[in-house]
Amino acid sequence: MHMPSLATQFLHVLAAGLLLISFAMLAQRRIRRLIVLLAWQGALLSASTLLVAITAHQAHLYYSAALTLALKVIVLPWILMRLMKRLGIAGEVEPLVNVSTLMLVGLALVIFAFGLAQPVSALATTVTRQALGIALAVILLAFLMIIARRKAVTQVIGILALENGLFFAATSATYGMPMVVELGIALDLLVGVFVFGIFFFHIREQFDSLDLHHFESLKEE
Amino acid sequence: MIALLRQLAEALLAIALAPLLAGWVAQCRAWLQNRSAPSLLQPYRTLRKLFHKDAVLAEQASPLFRITPYVVFGTMMLAAAIIPSVTTDVPFARVADAIALVGLFATARVFMALAAMDIGTAFGTLGARREMMVGFLAEPALLMVLFNAFLMYGSTALPTVVHDALAFDTHGLLLRPSLAFAGVAFVMVLLAENGRIPIDNPTTHLELTMIHEAMLLEYSARHLALMEWASWLKLFNYACIGFALFAPWGIALHADTASPLLLALALLVLKLTVAGAVLAVIETVSAKLRVFRAPEFLSMAFLLAVLGILVHLLLRS
Repeated sequence: MHMPSLATQFLHVLAAGLLLISFAMLAQRRIRRLIVLLAWQGALLSASTLLVAITAHQAHLYYSAALTLALKVIVLPWILMRLMKRLGIAGEVEPLVNVSTLMLVGLALVIFAFGLAQPVSALATTVTRQALGIALAVILLAFLMIIARRKAVTQVIGILALENGLFFAATSATYGMPMVVELGIALDLLVGVFVFGIFFFHIREQFDSLDLHHFESLKEE
Repeated sequence: MIALLRQLAEALLAIALAPLLAGWVAQCRAWLQNRSAPSLLQPYRTLRKLFHKDAVLAEQASPLFRITPYVVFGTMMLAAAIIPSVTTDVPFARVADAIALVGLFATARVFMALAAMDIGTAFGTLGARREMMVGFLAEPALLMVLFNAFLMYGSTALPTVVHDALAFDTHGLLLRPSLAFAGVAFVMVLLAENGRIPIDNPTTHLELTMIHEAMLLEYSARHLALMEWASWLKLFNYACIGFALFAPWGIALHADTASPLLLALALLVLKLTVAGAVLAVIETVSAKLRVFRAPEFLSMAFLLAVLGILVHLLLRS
């Protein structure tokens, strides 16, 4: 059995950690802990980007690791926490039905993602090519989370997790996107969360709740 | 001949140490909960007390009820002989692999459940049904954890796994994320299978929550002593399986001389001390789950173990 380099091994550990956090988010009922998990996911993402930057000598990845750290570990979770407190849903527990089934569906998605990534990662030449399957799995799991949740806040957290997965996929397949694109996405995310925050208040004003099920009764008049 | 003696010594060591481990866990729990701790030797005293009493049997008890304690204790003893706790150089460890081991645990569980239903009291039946529910969910998770190690080392025999794991470690550092997944899953299965706190509370006799204790309600004296001893031995066995899979350091590969064996024994005691303390901490910080949440807990363990396998397959190439 050949030994991959130590950096590659660490990358694999970080990738596995990202996958684990995705599953933890899928099963987490408390909104506050969900935000903490999102911050952890950002931290792992930042660490893995930094590691890729060091091993592959990609200067622009240093900036992108710093950007990830600032935005996804500090700013976005902080904004979400503030929103949560303002909305008065700090201790709220979201009812989740059938976590076991959700987990099994998630497992099927992971198998699907790994199968899908196999031919792609065979063509890639980056040090992180094997992690592409995990990145795809993180994306699909974030989708599953958005589908399974009813509250507006948790859906937004799902979207942010989705973006984390996309970012990881970009890093592992092609050493990240050009800096301009990355900056653009970061700005989009920031603005997006602000807009979502305003929407939350509007939704609550309209329905007295953040449960998106009420949307189903909307009709054009 | 010498090998058989070694085998016997290892099994007897497990039987002798198992109550000590149970006593140590109870002591740690008491410390963490600010209670004055029972003596480390309390389990031995309990056993002596129970063996000196006269057994009382229900009138309707069938022979199955009487032989179950011996069957359960015997299977646990056999399991202790198979698991390489001190040395891999014992004959039984080579004969039976880890899948046979899971089968042994299942045999003990089936006998216990049947005996609990034998008398026909409500609590026994309740405990048996719950135990079977937990068991049927924990078993696939345990098998998946074992498959993780089998896949990595290419063998279903625990001695080979230990051997290869020790050989890898001398080559240099090798991080194995899939083993981390499997390790967490294994701890969850261990908690569930041994009636520990998130699933069952070993010290409770509250009707609505007990699982393991409900099955032992009808037993007394020597039968009860054997059942208790078997459950401690089960915890010991699980701990040793965990060491073989995830922390094989120190297990003697060759048992021709005394020094590696003594070192292995010292390390085993050290590892058991740490594991017992960790178990007590886990039990203290977590709250008991409702019975209906147990499937969720165990499906999480199953999921983690399968994820470990998938991650291993993905990252291997």
